Amino acid sequence: MRFSMLPQVFAQMFKKPFTNKFPAKYTPSSTTQFIDDVTTGKTQIIPPVGTPDHFRGKIQYDKEKCIGCKLCLQVCPSDAIEYKEDEKKIRIFLARCTFCSQCNDICPVSCLSMSNEFLLADTDKYSKDLIVE
Amino acid sequence: MSQTIKTTFQLPIGPIHPALKEPVAFEFEIDGEQIVDVSVALGHVHRAIEWAGQRRNPIQVLYLAERICGICSYCHPMAFALAVERIADIEVPEHAQYLRVIHGEIERMCSHILWAGVAAHEIGFDSVLFLTWELREKLLDLTEYLTGNRVTKGISMIGGVRRDITPDMYPKIQETLQVLKDHFEKLRRIFLEDKTFKMRSKGCGILTKENALKLVAVGPTTRASGVKKDVRLDQSYFAYGDLDFDYVTPDVLTGEVNGDVYDRIIVRLLEVKQSISLIEQCLEKMPPGPIVSEPKMAKLLAKLKKAEGEAIGRMEAPRGEVFHYVKMNANEHVYAWKVRAPTYSNIMPWVPMLKGQQIADIPIVAASTDPCMSCTNRVIVIENNKTLTLGKEELHQRSIQKTRRLQA
Repeated sequence: MRFSMLPQVFAQMFKKPFTNKFPAKYTPSSTTQFIDDVTTGKTQIIPPVGTPDHFRGKIQYDKEKCIGCKLCLQVCPSDAIEYKEDEKKIRIFLARCTFCSQCNDICPVSCLSMSNEFLLADTDKYSKDLIVE
Repeated sequence: MSQTIKTTFQLPIGPIHPALKEPVAFEFEIDGEQIVDVSVALGHVHRAIEWAGQRRNPIQVLYLAERICGICSYCHPMAFALAVERIADIEVPEHAQYLRVIHGEIERMCSHILWAGVAAHEIGFDSVLFLTWELREKLLDLTEYLTGNRVTKGISMIGGVRRDITPDMYPKIQETLQVLKDHFEKLRRIFLEDKTFKMRSKGCGILTKENALKLVAVGPTTRASGVKKDVRLDQSYFAYGDLDFDYVTPDVLTGEVNGDVYDRIIVRLLEVKQSISLIEQCLEKMPPGPIVSEPKMAKLLAKLKKAEGEAIGRMEAPRGEVFHYVKMNANEHVYAWKVRAPTYSNIMPWVPMLKGQQIADIPIVAASTDPCMSCTNRVIVIENNKTLTLGKEELHQRSIQKTRRLQA
């Protein structure tokens, strides 16, 4: 068979593209202007593809529940968790986090959980958004 | 009067792109377009993963092992877990054994379909690349649904798996398998009957059965040469002992074994079909039960702290046998850890495969063992003291030109 892909290629031409054009259909001429427009509500961003159930996103930490047992420090594969001696609480650096949720599994009081939030890009790895405490 | 002397020249390829998991440097001896001799040198990027593993406890190492390779992000931690389970004497519940098979087979399909696309790309058939990767997208969606992530699954745990597959999840799995089955005939027709594929893959990169045995090739590479070797059958692990399947060799389909690139395509395509059937069998036979032998992580950590001894974990990864050696000495951390990835065994077979081939065949022959293909990122041709660099693009162009030439 000579052109076995040809029918497929023609069929593909009339299909809707699979790609989700997140965050905008075309690259804006000015990214900062685009961000400003979105924050003031002038334009809308095309939403990202939804996450599945039990997605492992940004960690949520319930500080009140935490008993400071340090078990999560033992299993964290990337040493992303720091123990605050004075408060007996933890601090998680998301820039190091691998989102494995092993700390959620070992926590005896279930004070840690994973949210659906995944847009965590930042220019500063110690920014406020990337430190959970 | 000067006389011209005909001589061969050297063509070094690599050492390669730093993003590679298995960096490698080739030195080809070229006579015109023909490859006369090849030598392979390994060990250019050392990431000290094993060293890092020796400073972590087994549960932490699982996530480190997951990051050895992006495509085999399930079989590395699982091979490690198999070894640790043997040391600490942990018995895995039957339900978890079946779940482990399902995840392993999904990974195998992802890998083989990805490979099929890459192979098509290497010979300049990019429309097939997008067709196969469209199918892979469906599998990645299924992986995300079952494990929470698309690539680094985070599903493995010592003594079982971390997430259950409940009967209400079956329809989604069956739906994806049905999509694959529907497309399988199309894939088979394109890969095995298309003229372009036949021209570029038949009689190309031949690995004889003798050489495959001598050079200890593993996985689909060796099975394409007619060697019946598959860890899933040779040393039954997980629930593979209860499932009905057999070695995939190309003679199942064509009745003969040539050991060329075409045969490697056949083996991988048939293995996709085999994986579908294995997952279906698992869904049918899976008994209910716990998913992990010790759900309390703190208890498991305490048990692993006391474990002492050494063991190996062997497992059939999509590319072949993956081998993990672990030694623990009743300490918090792993005492020694050695990993042998399947591509390592499949490096030496490249030498007989590439001898006598043309420069334009290097991409498809090298890709046929499913290694990391960045080897072709940078090629330097040194001829008469003039250096001329052949990038991945130019090599790819040469490959496309050969396809065109053959079609003309």
